[in-house]
Amino acid sequence: MSDTPANLANPNPPAIAVRGLIKRYAKSKVNAVDGVSFDVSGGEIFGLLGPNGAGKTTIIGVLTTSIVPTEGSASIMSVDVARDPISVKQRIAVVPQQSNLDRSLKVREILTFHGAYHGMPRKAREALADSLLNELGLGERKNEKVNRYSGGMAQRLMIARALMHEPDVLFLDEPTNNLDPQSRLFLWERIREMNARGLTILLTTHDMDEADRLCHRIAVMDHGKILVNDTPAALKKLIPGGTVLEVRADAPANGFGAGETVRSALSAIPGVAKVEMVEDEKSPTEEGSEPALSFRVYAAAANTLIGPAAQAVLASGAQVRDLSVKQPSLEEVFIFLTGRHLR
Amino acid sequence: MNGINATKMTLDRTFTERRESRTFLAFNAFFAILRRDIRVTGREFLPFLLQALMQPLFFLFIFGKVLPGIGLAAGNFAALMLPGIVALTGMIASMQGVTLPLVLDLGFAREIDDRLLSPLPVWWVALEKVIFGAMRGVIASSVIFPLGWLILGSGFAVRGDRIPLLIGMVLLTGCVGSTIGLLMGTVIKPDQISLMFTLIFTPLLFTGCTYYPWAALRNIRWFQVLTLLNPLTYASEGLRYSMVPPIGGQNFPTLGIGWTLVMLTVSVVAMFVLGTRTFLHRVVN
Repeated sequence: MSDTPANLANPNPPAIAVRGLIKRYAKSKVNAVDGVSFDVSGGEIFGLLGPNGAGKTTIIGVLTTSIVPTEGSASIMSVDVARDPISVKQRIAVVPQQSNLDRSLKVREILTFHGAYHGMPRKAREALADSLLNELGLGERKNEKVNRYSGGMAQRLMIARALMHEPDVLFLDEPTNNLDPQSRLFLWERIREMNARGLTILLTTHDMDEADRLCHRIAVMDHGKILVNDTPAALKKLIPGGTVLEVRADAPANGFGAGETVRSALSAIPGVAKVEMVEDEKSPTEEGSEPALSFRVYAAAANTLIGPAAQAVLASGAQVRDLSVKQPSLEEVFIFLTGRHLR
Repeated sequence: MNGINATKMTLDRTFTERRESRTFLAFNAFFAILRRDIRVTGREFLPFLLQALMQPLFFLFIFGKVLPGIGLAAGNFAALMLPGIVALTGMIASMQGVTLPLVLDLGFAREIDDRLLSPLPVWWVALEKVIFGAMRGVIASSVIFPLGWLILGSGFAVRGDRIPLLIGMVLLTGCVGSTIGLLMGTVIKPDQISLMFTLIFTPLLFTGCTYYPWAALRNIRWFQVLTLLNPLTYASEGLRYSMVPPIGGQNFPTLGIGWTLVMLTVSVVAMFVLGTRTFLHRVVN
């Protein structure tokens, strides 16, 4: 999509447009966001992925008017964020990582006052508050204060609050970070449902599984830059070879250096793009068993390698424990792109 | 889900039209936020009054009733001190209404985020805090009058010919307190709260000419000059000017009222500008 005057001819301008965005905080030597551009179409679920400090939260801050960009521009529904923050605030909603619910108000009031802040008439906001509370399973505790709410309930209430003023774009900052599995599934369902109603959603996460299940498109960020921006399926094709065969084997009792032997045997199989030896997280705790070796064999068609791989393991004097074909996960794409070191 | 969608559809039309006017949105949000503060304080009105009035109640009793009663203070001391108590109560109530919630909100609770994301200029959120704080101050100050009348009995004396000025002074005192509260609330970090309250409140309390008239300090000149740095001095003296009845046909000597009003206005404007600047600095990066 373009930001030229041809935009007028475009019937569907992007819901979110970011152009050459740079943010450098005072006293910082590096740019927190370093020349980022992307578009999110209306009705899309867009994921921003990246390690801590990659710049995701800064981008959300700029788009939600709480951070002023150093350079570049950002717009929501064709309204410039820096030039007209009031109109932008009326069109967006934010669900933050940590609860920022107004603890002086009762649950229902949190919603009705939010509606009032955004100019909803009394009857409208009261009706919508009640139906949202019922819909999110909070209807019976609507006259309590939030102090006694669990993390999951607070999260649901923040979502209800976000939906009160009928935003066009919803920002979810690591929405399932501290949730139990039930709340997480419930939230995923809600996100899909809200999206089906036409809401454009931008979410940040480091949960690859979550991004994979929810997002239509994902941008992987690191050091303030977007490394790739594509559909989950397309991102997975970035992995060399395309598919993965996981091989676990028992080394012979005196098999010092057996790992390397097996690895080179596996690498020698025709069609293998790359073999990675993985630390097996189970072996140190499994008492009485020999330490297991674990490998990832990358290839275009890993399923055809099961036989040759088993033979290769046996030929190098080890025993096959387990063989399985895996589609590469986003996690592998992520590690592949951003490296393994800790932040 | 369909039911909700239907409700929304019917609401949407008027709602979308309203989106167009930013001025309407901003004013509307401002008053909604003010209503929120009134609702929250209204729910805890009794605790609020007790908190604001406990100290003045005992001050009035000890300094206005007990000390003159045992001959340690002159009979008209109550009349001189009453304006100081009105000023002090208003200042503290308005400051507390702004400072404490702001320190917590900006520090970690971030409960204010929902208001910052409302469709109004961010600095209006600070303005609302100041106006609401001033309202608290005015209420607390006003309750001192019936309270003083009850406790001081015959010692209660307020001149009746400067009532409009008195009302103006009470309003101005509330604004002085809430703007100082804004600055303090945006500067203090949560872990410094108790230290800062002691370091700022105590000197403010005792150098503000609340328990003694300014003119009486002429024998301790350096202290008299020092008190001029405290906005509370002008609030106390301005209230003294509008409240203390003439003694033997002579008006009680106070700081000049013109000078007093100018200094109070300067304090309100300066503290508001500084406070809003730090506020913006804390909430918009």
